[in-house]
Amino acid sequence: MIYNKFVEVGRVAFIAKGKDQGKLAVLVNIIDGNRVLVDGPSTGVVRGVRNFKDLHLTKYKVPIRLGQRTKGVQEAFEKAGINEQWKNSLWAKKLEKRHIRSNLTDFERFKVLRAKQLRNRIIRTELGKLRKATKKTSAK
Amino acid sequence: MAQGKGAKGTTPKLPRNYEVAPGLSRFSKARLFHKRGLYQKLQKASPAKPKSKEDKSKQYVVKPIGGDKNGKERRILAKKGSKITPVLTNVKNSVRRNPKKVPLRKSITPGTILILLAGRHRGKRVVFLKQLEKSGLLLVTGPMKLNAVPLRRVAQAFVIATKTKLDISKVQVPDHVNHDYFKKKSEKKSEKTDASIFAAGKSEYTVSDQRKADQKTVDSALLGVIRAHKDRKYLFGYLGSRFSLAKGQLPHNLVY
Repeated sequence: MIYNKFVEVGRVAFIAKGKDQGKLAVLVNIIDGNRVLVDGPSTGVVRGVRNFKDLHLTKYKVPIRLGQRTKGVQEAFEKAGINEQWKNSLWAKKLEKRHIRSNLTDFERFKVLRAKQLRNRIIRTELGKLRKATKKTSAK
Repeated sequence: MAQGKGAKGTTPKLPRNYEVAPGLSRFSKARLFHKRGLYQKLQKASPAKPKSKEDKSKQYVVKPIGGDKNGKERRILAKKGSKITPVLTNVKNSVRRNPKKVPLRKSITPGTILILLAGRHRGKRVVFLKQLEKSGLLLVTGPMKLNAVPLRRVAQAFVIATKTKLDISKVQVPDHVNHDYFKKKSEKKSEKTDASIFAAGKSEYTVSDQRKADQKTVDSALLGVIRAHKDRKYLFGYLGSRFSLAKGQLPHNLVY
């Protein structure tokens, strides 16, 4: 197995559980085998200790020094433009989609149903046309 | 806590025999019997005879009994009372109180689209018009053209309020459409003979012209509101279809 995302100073992590769930934070220092010091001034995460189990590592890295103070972390984070990159990532988009879907009202769900039906109808008619075309050519 | 609850500062009105704790009422059955004065009605049913002194002596029979230290005799009632208490006749049944008007849920406002959960129209989406006075039931309508639901009463407990709301400020519900409008008319005529009841059979329910007229006035206004709506094409389909759960949809997790 090839590992690409490492736990290291400067790694950007997604907080999946506990306080500040759903936000990004930077690993600033590693305490021991289970815990990290994490800081996210640009994403609203107060500097604090988290367990690895609550974090999911992202592919983003920020060039900071070991134990970098919050101001330094903020500068580096914003220079790298992590927030923009994250917003455009598939991961973030999937999360957003999930959030929208869970909050659909009954009427909105009905509209989605109708839209899906319409789209599938179009697809099926096109497929039918293609099938007919291949039948003709194979018959020849 | 010494003061009463509520913004007005009044104490809540409780019924006389309210529950002090779960399963424990304030007054026992015996106490309530006395409070309600039912003993008066009992007395009227069987008027008591004035007992003379002669009667008193005849009430008891003295019988000798054996055994050294038993007092040699016993006074026994000549006429023992019945072990089965008599059926109370002429005891007036307490008047059935009017059902309490349940306060409207905050999510239900005029124009809200509701999902009916029970009855022959279960699953249908209807428009809420107003809460009826006295009974507290909700007055809803299909509109009739879209889903065959007429002007109807519905209990709040059998309804899901969706977040979709229509602006029905321009829709005027006739004032005579109230609690009494919907009351079932029972044919309590003086025909007490069995033959006539079975011979007549069940009379079919026919919609009165009054109802048809009211339905038309309300629905035409309502349909106008729907037609002016941004999503009118979807709304027509939405109100015409029934609600159902698909796989993976958990009712307690859904946003309505």
